[in-house]
Amino acid sequence: MINHIDVSSVLRRTVCDLYSNLVTRPTGAAVRTEIENLLAAWRGPSLTVIDFSHVNLLDFSCADEVVAKLLLRFEGGAPPQDAYFLLRGVREDHLDAIEHALERYQLALVMQADDGALFLVGTVNDEQRRAWLALRELGRGAAEELASALGQELADAAALLAALHERRLVMRFEDTYVPLGATP
Amino acid sequence: MTTVINVPPSLDAETIEQVLDQVAPLPRDQKVLIDARHTRWASPYALTTMLTLGQTRAERAAFTGPENDDTASYWGRTGFYKHAEQIFDLHGHVPRARNGGESSVLLEITPVAKSEDVHDVVERIQQKAQAILVNELHLDPQATMRFAMTLSEACQNIVEHAQRGGWVAVQTYTWRQRLGRRVVQIAVCDAGIGFRASLENAQGRRITDRWDDGMALEDAVIRGVSRFRDPGRGQGLAGVRRFVGKWDGKLSIRSGTARIAIVPSWDEDVPLAEDLAPFPGAQIQITIPERIPPR
Repeated sequence: MINHIDVSSVLRRTVCDLYSNLVTRPTGAAVRTEIENLLAAWRGPSLTVIDFSHVNLLDFSCADEVVAKLLLRFEGGAPPQDAYFLLRGVREDHLDAIEHALERYQLALVMQADDGALFLVGTVNDEQRRAWLALRELGRGAAEELASALGQELADAAALLAALHERRLVMRFEDTYVPLGATP
Repeated sequence: MTTVINVPPSLDAETIEQVLDQVAPLPRDQKVLIDARHTRWASPYALTTMLTLGQTRAERAAFTGPENDDTASYWGRTGFYKHAEQIFDLHGHVPRARNGGESSVLLEITPVAKSEDVHDVVERIQQKAQAILVNELHLDPQATMRFAMTLSEACQNIVEHAQRGGWVAVQTYTWRQRLGRRVVQIAVCDAGIGFRASLENAQGRRITDRWDDGMALEDAVIRGVSRFRDPGRGQGLAGVRRFVGKWDGKLSIRSGTARIAIVPSWDEDVPLAEDLAPFPGAQIQITIPERIPPR
C-alpha cells in the first residue's frame, strides 16, 4: 500500500492554517504526531511518501522532530508496524536540516528527486551504500542476485539486505528485496 | 537616589559592556537613569540588550534617549521606543511612532516568548530578506532560507531555555570600522536563566570542579550539549554555527559573566571572554558580512 502525506497540509490542519513554515519543536512534534496517527490507521506493510513540496522553510529543530524522530520509531528489529518512508519534494535548504538531524542519530532514509531518481541521505557505511545502489540497479532482487552483482559471498549479501531492511531503506517481500520507490 | 548610567556615543557589543559594568554593582531595586542623550549610533544587539537591561531592574529604570534627531528617529523606526515605553520611564524627546519605511531594518525589535512568536518572526523576515540579502549583500540566493532557519533557531533558544520572554531584531548597516562593508546582524537577547542554569537543570548532570558560565557556553555552543537527554536537542545552535561559518560570519553568545565567539578572520574578538559584568539571560549576536563578488 502506498500512502501520500503532504506535510504542508498536515501543518495547516494540525497547527495553524496560516503557516507554511515548519519551524519550532512544538510544531514539529504536532506534525509528527499527526503523521503517526495517519500511519496507525493504515494496516499492513505500507510505503508512505512524505512530501515536502509545499513546505516553505524547515528548520533544524523541526527536521529533528518530524523526520528523525519518526524514523527512530520505525527502524530497528521491532518496529510498531511494517512502515517505510520515502521523502519527496525536498529542496536543498530542507536537505541541510534533514541531513543534520539524521547524522545526529546515525539514521538514513531514501529520497526521490523531481526527476524520479532515488538516493540515500544520512549515515550509511560504504558496504550498505554499495549494496543499496546495486539493488537500485537491479530494481528488485534476493540475496543470490545481490551477491552476484557485488561479487560477494551469499551470507554477506544476505546480511547487508537484512541490515538495509532493518534501517527501512529497502522493502522485503518474502525473500525478495525492493528499494523504496522502485516498482515491486 | 537615582544612579545615572552613561551610555557611550557608539553602542555595540563591545561598548555596551561599559553600560553593564556600571549597572552590575548596583542592587536590582536601585533606581537608575540610563542616559543615552549623547549616543549617536547603536547596533541591534545594543538596542535589544538595553531593553533586556530594563527588564532586569526591580525598580523601573528611567531612560533618556539620544538628543540627535536622526539617531532618535532611527531608534524609533527600529521599534525601540515602542517597547522601551513599556519598560522604562522615558524622559526627554521621544520620537513619534512611525511604521516601516526603513530599508535597513529587516525586522524591527520584536518580542519573543512563545513558539507562535517564532513563526511570526520567520514569516515576516522572509518578505524583506530576499531583496536585501541577495541584491544588496550579494549572498547566495539560497541564503534567504538558511538565514531564516538561523533566525528561527536563535529565537527558539529563548522559547526553550530562557523561561521568560526576550527580543529579536535584524538590521543591516555598514561596518566601516572593521570591514568597510555592509553586514546584516541578528540580535536575540533575553534576561532569562542563562546557559549555566539551563544546563544545571539537566537530569543527572555532574557539575565538575570547573563549572562556570564560560564552560556552560563551551558545552552548549561547541559541544552541542543541551539540558534535555534527547540526543536531538542542541542541534539548533550547531546548525547556526554551520551556516555562520559558511558565510564567513561571526556568532557570539554572552551569558552570565562570559561570552563565547566563533570568530572569522576579519574580526579580532577573543574566542572566550570571561569575568565580564554579570548579566542575566543570554544575548546572541550573529553578524554576516556582505560578500564581495569575484571580479
